[in-house]
Amino acid sequence: MTTSTSGVLPVEAQQDEAAPRREVPTWLKVLQVRVADAGAGWVLPIGLLAVWEAAARLGFMAETILPAPSAVLLAAWTLLLKGELFTHIGVSGARALAGFAVGGLIGFGLGLANGLSNVSRKFTDTTLQMTRNVPHLALVPLVIIWFGIDEGAKLFLVALGVFFPIYVNTLLGILTVDPQLVEMGRAYGMSNATLFRRVLLPGALPSIFVGVRYGLGIMWLTLIVAETIAASSGLGYMAMQAREFLLVDVVVLAIIIYALLGKLADSVARALERRSLQWHPSFRAS
Amino acid sequence: MSTSQDPGRGAQLRLSSVGRDFGANTVLRGVDLQVPAGQFVAIIGRSGCGKSTLLRLLAHLDQPTRGRISLGAGEAAGGTRLMFQEPRLLPWARVIGNVEVGVSDANLPASRRERALGLLVEVGLAGREDDWPGVLSGGQRQRVALARALASRPQLLLLDEPLGALDALTRIEMQRLIERLWLDQGFTAVLVTHDVSEALTLADRVVLIDRGEIALDVRVDLPRPRRRDNPELGALEEQILDYLLDGANKDQAPAAA
Ligand SMILES: Nc1ncnc2c1ncn2[C@@H]1O[C@H](COP(=O)(O)OP(=O)(O)OP(=O)(O)O)[C@@H](O)[C@H]1O
Ligand SMILES: [Mg+2]
Repeated sequence: MTTSTSGVLPVEAQQDEAAPRREVPTWLKVLQVRVADAGAGWVLPIGLLAVWEAAARLGFMAETILPAPSAVLLAAWTLLLKGELFTHIGVSGARALAGFAVGGLIGFGLGLANGLSNVSRKFTDTTLQMTRNVPHLALVPLVIIWFGIDEGAKLFLVALGVFFPIYVNTLLGILTVDPQLVEMGRAYGMSNATLFRRVLLPGALPSIFVGVRYGLGIMWLTLIVAETIAASSGLGYMAMQAREFLLVDVVVLAIIIYALLGKLADSVARALERRSLQWHPSFRAS
Repeated sequence: MSTSQDPGRGAQLRLSSVGRDFGANTVLRGVDLQVPAGQFVAIIGRSGCGKSTLLRLLAHLDQPTRGRISLGAGEAAGGTRLMFQEPRLLPWARVIGNVEVGVSDANLPASRRERALGLLVEVGLAGREDDWPGVLSGGQRQRVALARALASRPQLLLLDEPLGALDALTRIEMQRLIERLWLDQGFTAVLVTHDVSEALTLADRVVLIDRGEIALDVRVDLPRPRRRDNPELGALEEQILDYLLDGANKDQAPAAA
């Protein structure tokens, strides 16, 4: 014992020496780094916008090729005043959400069923995996024949596109839950319902979120294609109308709004993910 | 000190010629064992001799191919609890939630929480109830697992090498903790271990499994808490290790046996 203590002491002494050297408080350092990080991220886009604006004003780029950012903002303002912009955004948003809800719920339900029941999986999984190889956008002509340019067409395409990523990731999530934890749950007398609620679902959640975020990306992509080809309202329709009248600023505006909506959906999903996966090392607040 | 326990709390255990085959592989041939209520039994044996298999049979996670296992005396709510070699905590539940897994759903949430908090105090983790298991050390995780196993006041506690992955010092701490809780609560304990000296420090009785049967059954009637330098423990350890090494010789030359 005595020999080991004399071996330990110098190490402690070294640590004591190192400790008081930290003069800047940690929170301040973190803040500095955060501000620097955020700042660094914004330098390039703002710079590009400035170059773009300058190029347009100086006449390097024709108004009909790419209008200046200020012109796009002006177009947004005009459409906003006419009340059209919000109508189009509302219509597109409702389509996206409805399609996501339908496709997502079916995918989630089938993923759970096939993850929990071998019978169900043997029966349906091969079929589902086979149809996955058909790109859903290839169905556009067929869907127009079936539904015309009704809401049904958009809903069907979005739901179909969202279905697969959510189905595949839910199934994968359930199947890869640690079997040792499942055994523990059974050994500790959990009923099937409790086992699902306390072990299987939380264990599958990280994978399900991957599916949701992937699905959101597909949701916007599908909607853009569907609205551009076959619609009489919505952002895609607005862009196509504008193209006919050569209103390039409105076309660019539609593209930017799509991008912003996509970003918004992803941020919401990320926030939900962070909230429900607090336990996960990669989401733990440092 | 071992007489201070209340034998009414423990389960009596009776195994009559219990066997388990996996296909053509006979792991347990015929195990006969009678454990009186409240006894602390340690099971030792070579790796792969079927210790975990036996424990899983006792925990009803598996069914014997032959023979009968009966759990005597007032088989009430708590029943049997198994503590695995790994902590097997739910990473998405906080420490308190993990301990509550062991408390029956029949209790009201408030009383489940209270019971779980009480157990955390017992295992020396008071104040850690809102931590995620991921931030605990290995020894602390095993303590949470122990609290979870004891939460239902089991009459039979099965421990499958729960201390195998811990460092020597934490191991000794955990051994003392298990001994103290066993003395307090009087459950019957079956501990599987690789470590002969751990078996001798903790158990009333050390059972050695060899070739699918019980080959040695040693009573350890020494006062607790036992000191590791006790010469009687040393002698017993020598005896058991000798048997194990002899057995190894027989394996190499089965014709001579
Ligand atoms: N589910 C199973 N299917 C087939 N064989 C099995 C199964 N479970 C265990 N076995 C076999 O039974 C034998 C005993 O395994 P067991 O896990 O009980 O050993 P053990 O004594 O606990 O060993 P260790 O000390 O290394 O943990 C091994 O040969 C193993 O391969
Ligand atoms: Mg084992």
